[in-house]
Amino acid sequence: MEKKKIVLGVIGSDCHAVGNKILDYSLTDAGFKVVNIGVLSPQEDFINAALETSAEAIFVSSLYGHGEIDCKGLREKCDEAGLNNILLYVGGNIVVGKQEWKDVEKRFLDMGFDRVYPPGTSAEKGISDLREDLGKRG
Amino acid sequence: MMDAYLFIDFGSTFTKLTLVDIEREEIIATEKAYTTVETDVTIGYDKALKKLKEKVAVEYNITNKLACSSAAGGLKIIAIGFVPELTSEAAKRAALGAGAKVIKTYSFKLNESELEEIKNSNADIILLSGGTDGGNSETIIHNAEMINKFNLKIPVVVAGNKSCDDEIKSIFGDNIEYHITENTMPNLNHINVDPARETIRNIFMEKIVHAKGMENVEDSISGILMPTPASVLKAAEVLSMGSRDEEGIGDLAVLDIGGATTDVHSIADGHPTNAGIFLRGLEEPHSKRTVEGDLGMRYSAISVFEAAGAKTIKKYLKYDDLDIEEEVNNRNTNTSFVAIDEKEIDFDEAMAKVCANISMKRHAGFLDTVYSPLGNIHTQEGKDLMKLPYLLGTGGVIVNSRNPKDILSAATFTMEDPTSLKPREPKILLDKEYILSAMGLLAMVNANMAVRMLKKYIVEI
Repeated sequence: MEKKKIVLGVIGSDCHAVGNKILDYSLTDAGFKVVNIGVLSPQEDFINAALETSAEAIFVSSLYGHGEIDCKGLREKCDEAGLNNILLYVGGNIVVGKQEWKDVEKRFLDMGFDRVYPPGTSAEKGISDLREDLGKRG
Repeated sequence: MMDAYLFIDFGSTFTKLTLVDIEREEIIATEKAYTTVETDVTIGYDKALKKLKEKVAVEYNITNKLACSSAAGGLKIIAIGFVPELTSEAAKRAALGAGAKVIKTYSFKLNESELEEIKNSNADIILLSGGTDGGNSETIIHNAEMINKFNLKIPVVVAGNKSCDDEIKSIFGDNIEYHITENTMPNLNHINVDPARETIRNIFMEKIVHAKGMENVEDSISGILMPTPASVLKAAEVLSMGSRDEEGIGDLAVLDIGGATTDVHSIADGHPTNAGIFLRGLEEPHSKRTVEGDLGMRYSAISVFEAAGAKTIKKYLKYDDLDIEEEVNNRNTNTSFVAIDEKEIDFDEAMAKVCANISMKRHAGFLDTVYSPLGNIHTQEGKDLMKLPYLLGTGGVIVNSRNPKDILSAATFTMEDPTSLKPREPKILLDKEYILSAMGLLAMVNANMAVRMLKKYIVEI
């Protein structure tokens, strides 16, 4: 069976590379084909990569607190580019300061993300969710 | 009697011959005559050959005749990909690396009017890309179906998602001439231009010689007909990287200012020369060619003016009483114009400096600053040529200039473009005998000799 392709990257003006490498390693180890576009990636790069590789999901990381601004409109742009129903996951330190996680999660879900992860989530959690979400689609 | 090789360069204006003594590895003579592609190129070729024979006193025996050509508009390619910044760009780079002129680049699923446009173009080859290996397949399949539907009578080089190759074969069948090769972008952001380059060169060799006015050439040459820019790139490659037995001189760039276009070739990785720089964008080929269709000394004189503006041309002029627009128009309407007096030469050289400056700016990479909560972050797109050791000049205006160094220096880094990664202090080399294209051909049959001769005839100035 062909490996499912996942686009992975750190969005916006954020150059935190460590988490990106860990996710790359873990996803690859779990049997996915990782298309890692690296740090400092604008929304358009995620979309172009997903288009060209026919990816099933986009994993967005953000650690520097500006994730909310950087992620706005990503779902709409995906729809516009023809990436219908592509899975969008986001995680890291996605908002500034101490905020109620329930509110944060809701805001990102409303933006069109399928899964939203707070700081300190293990890669395994994302992977098992991904298997579940992909399984639902058959 | 000595053995000699004859190299022929069918240019858009001149057919240039170079006769080489292969024992001593010396140039015996060079000669040129007007290219006669409208009727039969062999007329101009024979004329040049006759003049060459009169020039050479010693007896010689031509054992090999090799040719390159950019006559009849050169090799014209249409590049098709999927995402503009990705496979379309990769296809375009492969075509440029093959020495082609890229007429137009298309992206996404093609529509009927685009196919009409392609059908009515005078393209020699279509390069069809799209999708990484195992990636998107709908687009390239759709585009293949459209090509088939419109019965295009142009060879199609298929260099896309490998998973689609079989389906494309069955779509094209006997209806479309196609050549399948490796993907120009097998993985995202990694480009693989060499296989497509090689396939294009083979088609050029077999097909293009049968184009109008070129039929009789085949009988007069022994082989290896390649597009002239491809042989210049080949010469640059062997001079830089060396051959099996000969050491190369290292990273370099070639600036070739012609009548219609300005070509820049760089043989270098172009990795960042400063620490802490993040690379962005598509991976760069080690041997990279860019061609500027709007920068040239005659056919493109007006577009040089449009690209640069009077102010920039003035900056390089000694005489400030010239009517810039008039001078530019003169050269554009009278393309065989030869600069003779001091002012004409001054103007030609000012234009050449503009071409040098802008073409290198477009070829080299650039830095961008991202203002982030973590402080300023610098990113680099394209090649960093700041520490490039050599810049080599060729093309009529540079070779015949009294101040070739000044023209070439206009391509180096200045504080006017602080974010451009142009070469900062390269040693300036000159293709004094105008032999780069001939040496590229020689390199195809004897790379060791080509490296030795290049090292002998390319001089530092």
